[in-house]
Parts: sequence; C-alpha cells; structure tokens
Amino acid sequence: MQPSELQAEQFSGYPPEARRVVLAHLEALRELPLIFIPSLLREVIDYDFKFPTERSAIEGELVLLSKSSQAQRHDRLQAFERLSISPKLERSDWINQPAQFTEQLSAYLWSTHQLDAFRAAATEYGARLQSEMPSEPLPTHRLGIAVIGQRVTSFDGRLFKNLREHGTYFNQINPEHGLELLLEAVAARSKANTVPYGHWYVDGGQEASHGALLTCVSYKSLEPVREALLRNVKAEIEKPGMGPEELRTHLARLTPSDLGMNSDGDAVLDRFQLKVLTEGSGTQIFSTTFAQWTAREVLRRAQALTLLVRFAPRQRQRPMNELLSSSQGDSEVDPIGSLIDADMASYYHWINQRRLPGYDQSAFLVWFEGHNEALVIAPTLPRGTTSNSVLDLGQLLSLAIS
Amino acid sequence: MNRQSFRDDLAFGRPRLDAPTAEEIASHLSQSRREFLRATAGLALGTAVGRSSPFLRGEAIRKKRKTIVVTFGGGARDQETFAPEGQENIPHLINELAPQSSFFTHVTNQGILGHYVATASLTTGVYETLNNFSAVPPEHPTVFEYFRKDLRRPASDTWVVAPSNGFNRIGESDSRSYGPGTGAAVILPKHLLSATASGTTEDLDHLLRDNYETPFYTPQIGGGEFELQQLGSILRLSVADFMAHARTLSSPDELSVYIAKRLMQQEAPSLLWITMHDIDVAHSGAFSLYVEGIRRTDRLCAELWKTVQSEPEYAGNTTMFILPDFGRDSDFEPGGNGFQHHRTGDVASRTTWMMALGAGVRPGVVFDDPMQSVDLVPTLGAMLGFTPAQSTGRPIKEFM
Repeated sequence: MQPSELQAEQFSGYPPEARRVVLAHLEALRELPLIFIPSLLREVIDYDFKFPTERSAIEGELVLLSKSSQAQRHDRLQAFERLSISPKLERSDWINQPAQFTEQLSAYLWSTHQLDAFRAAATEYGARLQSEMPSEPLPTHRLGIAVIGQRVTSFDGRLFKNLREHGTYFNQINPEHGLELLLEAVAARSKANTVPYGHWYVDGGQEASHGALLTCVSYKSLEPVREALLRNVKAEIEKPGMGPEELRTHLARLTPSDLGMNSDGDAVLDRFQLKVLTEGSGTQIFSTTFAQWTAREVLRRAQALTLLVRFAPRQRQRPMNELLSSSQGDSEVDPIGSLIDADMASYYHWINQRRLPGYDQSAFLVWFEGHNEALVIAPTLPRGTTSNSVLDLGQLLSLAIS
Repeated sequence: MNRQSFRDDLAFGRPRLDAPTAEEIASHLSQSRREFLRATAGLALGTAVGRSSPFLRGEAIRKKRKTIVVTFGGGARDQETFAPEGQENIPHLINELAPQSSFFTHVTNQGILGHYVATASLTTGVYETLNNFSAVPPEHPTVFEYFRKDLRRPASDTWVVAPSNGFNRIGESDSRSYGPGTGAAVILPKHLLSATASGTTEDLDHLLRDNYETPFYTPQIGGGEFELQQLGSILRLSVADFMAHARTLSSPDELSVYIAKRLMQQEAPSLLWITMHDIDVAHSGAFSLYVEGIRRTDRLCAELWKTVQSEPEYAGNTTMFILPDFGRDSDFEPGGNGFQHHRTGDVASRTTWMMALGAGVRPGVVFDDPMQSVDLVPTLGAMLGFTPAQSTGRPIKEFM
C-alpha cells in the first residue's frame, strides 16, 4: 500500500492521542515517501506514552511537514525518494506495525548496500529539521551527575581518563554524606524548576531516599519485571520457529502489564522502563549496563534537565571453567569491573548530555563514591587541570553550577 | 546489526563534538595506527621501502606453505587497542607480533556488519547478504573450496574453528560449482563441549549463548554425534581428557585455540581458519568485560603464533593473518552507544586493520593504502596459487 491511499479509519487501532495527531496531519502524511513514513509513524503510534519533549518534537515535525508545499516536501525528502524498497516491505502492514517495518527496512538497506545513502539522507533531513524547529529556552542549565564505584575500597587505576581534558580533576574531596548532599541538591533543583520528567535519579541498585519530584528508576525496583521478562523470553525461545529476529519482534510487542507492572502506575514511565529492558542489550543482566542505557535514554528521550546516575556493583561474569564445574556463584558481584564499566558510562553520560540543547552552559560532575576523587566539567571551570581544594560534594556541586 | 534507526539520531540531534568527515576519520584511524606502530614497535612505512612483494614465491614453497587466518568476531576499536590509550590492552600484538609483521592500517568493510555474514564475506571475498542470524551457507564459493579444488587438496587439509552460532555452515558455499563436500570441515568447540558435557545445565546454556548480538538466543544446530566423532577420530581426545582440559580454561576462545592446536598437531592442515568471539561480549554493555576480551585475544594470538614456531609442520613455513571482521561504533555516533555495538555503519565500525606475519612476510613494515576486507581471499589466492573467480576483491598490491 502507498501513503497516498491512507484513510482515517486505518488508524483506528492507534491509541487516542496518537490517532488525533495522525488525523490532524493526514493530508501531509499522504505526500510522504513510503520509505520514510513508517519511521515517523513508529514515533506517533507511541505518542500517548511519550515524554513531553518527544510529543513536542513529533507535533513540531508534523506541523512543519503540513505547512510545507508539495515542492518543499519533495525538496526535503528527495534523498529518501531515490532509495528503493522491496515489494515485500510495500505489502507489509506498516500502518499498524511501523516498528517491524523499520526493523525489516534496516535489514534490507544493509543487504542492498543502501545503508550509507539512507544515513546521509537521514542526517540531511535531521539537520534541516533541527534548524527549522523553534527552540525554547531552558528553565535552567542542564546538570549531569554520575556516582561511580560503590563498594570499591581501593582502586589503583586512573579514573576519568576520557573526561580529564575537558574539566577539572579534584583529588581532595571530602566524601562524607556525599550521596545525600548530591540528592538534596537535585531535589532542590526539581522544586525550583518544576518540569514533568525534567529531573531524574537513576540507580543501578537500590535507590536511596530522594526528593518526591524526582523521577526515579532503579535496577532493584525492577527486579520482578526483569525476572518476568526472562521467564517470558525463556518460554518464547522454546517455541518452534523462534529465532533472534522473531524474538525481537515479540519483545517489541510486550506491554507493561505482560510483565506484571502495576496498571495504576505512571503509564509513560512504565513504558519507558519496559523499553529499557526490552530494547537495551544487556540491561536485563548487568546493572551497570542498565544504569548506562537508562541514562542515555533519559537524555535522548526526556531531555532531562537534571540527571543523577548512581552505579552499583553488577553480577560477576563467571569464567568458563566455573560454569563447567557448576559451582554456585550467581550472587557474587564484581565491584572493580563495575567501577570500570561505570567510569566509561560516565563518559557516555557527558557525551549524551552534550548532544542536547544548551550543552555549552551545562555542567557535569562525576564522583568516585566514598573516595576523594571527582571531576567537574562546567563552563566556569578550567579544562585539563587538577585542583587540590578541599571541598565536600555540596560545595563541589555549587562550584559546578555557579 | 539491524537496528539502525535514523530517528535515534534525530531525537538526539547531531553530534556537538568536533565532527570530522568520514574520510578524515578513516584516514586519521589509519595514520594513528601507523604512527603508533612506528613509535612503539619500530615499524617502517611500507611505501618507503619499495613495492616489491613481501612474500617468497615458487611452487616448492607453495606446497609446504601453511596459512592460518585469525579473525576476531567482535571488532575492537582503536582507542582500546592501537591508539596510545589502548596499548596496555594489546602488549603481545604490539611488542611481539607487530615487529615481525607487515601491518595494514586501513582495512574497510563495506558489507553488512554482523559477525556471521561478515566472516562469511571474509571467506568468500564477496560481501555476502545472507541473514546474519540464520545457519545458512555463503552464496559464493569460499576460500576453502577454491583452495581444495584448484590445488587438489583433501578435506583434511583445511579446517575452520569457529564460535557456535551459524558458523557451522561457513566451510562451504551454496555455489553450484562447489558446495557440499568440497570445502572445509568446521569444528565448533562449544558444541563439542555441549555434546560431551553430561546433563546440560543452566550454566552451560548460558555459555552456549555466545551470540552477544542476541544474548537471549541459543541456536540449535545438528546433534552431537558428529562432534563426538570429531573428538575421537580427528582430535584424538577422549571425552574425559577433553572435559578435564576445558575445565582449566576461562573462555570459549581459549577452547578454540586449544582445539586449533590439537588440529595442528593431529592433522596439520595447510589452511586453518580460526574465528574468535570473546570480544563480542561488548554487546552486553560491560566495558570491563570487553577490555578483558581484548586482552585475552591479544594473549591467544601470541600463544597461537608461539605454537606455530614450536610445531615441526608449521615452524618456518607458516604465514598468519590476523584481522578483526570490522570495528565498533564510535563514541560520537548519536545512533549508536559507543563500544557496545556495530549498528550504525559509521566509519569507526567499518574501518579496521590487518597483520600478516611469518613465512615470506617482510617484517616491520606498515602499509597505509586502503584495502577492503574482501581483498583477503584474492590475496590468499595469489599467494597460494588458486583462483577465486567469483571474489569481488582484489589482491593486495603490496603482496604482488
């Protein structure tokens, strides 16, 4: 089916808000190339479960496309129009299963050596879209905090290697009440600038006491969901004909209630957590990966103003000889390996924060929990230097956001 | 490999860090490797020492020649390997093997970046388009089929040791002119393990789930009889001895190298292909495990080369190639997640390196000219004297 044949009733399976958005822009959708439109619908179909920033972006894009003349739309999308898709993809139900379409399109683009051309078209389209979309001023400068190394008593390696050239390394930090001071500060930010899903606390273990206005996600609190997911997957892979791609499709269709998430909860947050576990590779197994991927998605999707991520020790990867001997060891953790994971993850946290609007005014702090080492990247602090100042975490954070 | 979504890029905006062009990145990667090798391992630039072939020639030499190809199914990026900050992870490659090698700094993979399909492409010299997650043979003839047919070699003269999933079909193609029975036998060490372990446990299931791109999925391939037969008749190992040794090893790649050594001792194949996979644990997102995988692979490459020197059938007449199948995503690619995957198709994930060392290779030379991963098979053809007619690659000119 071609986009020009789109009819309103074909979107009857969409959630209410998503259907409203689609129908408001149906004329424009009919003009879009088939290779392009399912990726847009993939976002729209989840509109009801999107964060406010995502909703604004979707509507903004659709408004822009609707306002464009036919010639302007052609100009904007001609690089996509030059690409081919298979008849099988054309026949697929891309209206109701846009995610499945884009998954299969991706495989098709790889196999027909069109991926690079698609990337170039997408990059060009994205750059143009960003330049034309109105940008709202941020209510406050963005702040990222990473707390790494929980339960590590000593570490001989050099931390923050990738970040040092960008900020100031502090080696005389007073660690006392460090986490509490940081959590109090982010709670204060959430009160001072009330923005839905604007202020986050992600914990790779058990969450600590935190402000009520913070959106909190923790590995520990999702334990029943993770276990339900693993049971679900185990049952699925035992079915005949199940392969990796079929499994991925199955995971994409899961809903929070399939994994026992409370239907009275926050539907947007529940859907977000579900996607972290079903789309993030390794998030179900390693708490460090869970925390890193969650932080990435919080920044990419919710565009958080404040994000504190605390890493906890992940389970130890057992070597082959141990697995063969069937000795028990599942409950063991690997604090040093987790510190190394989290050190890299904090670098990614900073990179991802820099991808967002206002990056040049944003601040980032990473602290080796319980120890004297920290690093701050902020517009007011010098780069590539070391400070011997004796500060507690509250004072250090004040310095970062001053 | 199938998760490229430009909307991930869109939502995340364009990278705000300095963003050089693809060509600049590829060139920079290549130059960094060269400069680092020159500084650390004392290698010279290939163009400065002339264009003559680093390989010896002659039919007599060809007949005795042994070739070992080691690929990493799970690329490692420069910053964790050949860049200054990564050197601590590859002491054996840098200090022991690089000085003995001709090193190619700029190898590009223009194909699909999934491990099975990419390794299949390496073996055929054609960018294959098969489903990465299916146990299907390559469409085009493999190096093993060319080698055996043109040089009239028996089946015992070429072997593949590979990770489990999908790779059981990599030894021979679907091609009409070649196909079943004309290629290499494939040993899958972990399936050997599975066949010999009494009573499959949850832990063993975990071990068999070696495709880190799809961590939940354990592929099902043929029964264990064939593996057990291999164990006794080819590797000349009892089940008890095999299991006892496996219990001393920490990873599947260590098991693969152990099997490769047994093959070298028992069968002495002229063309031996080993694919390692430990590094691909990176897909789990644990950076420390990824680095551990690199360090282990570094050690195993040196161990294998040491074995070559100590085995009478191989010492002095073996050429070994070491190359990752491709790279991994850059930290600065918005659609990716850095080291974890190779899904974006960016320059870092497509650009890698190759090391050739041993018989006839001019040691201590760095070649900067771009080559493609599909050039390996035609290069092997030129060296060994077979014609890979369907390969789309070209013999590497520095070897001609």
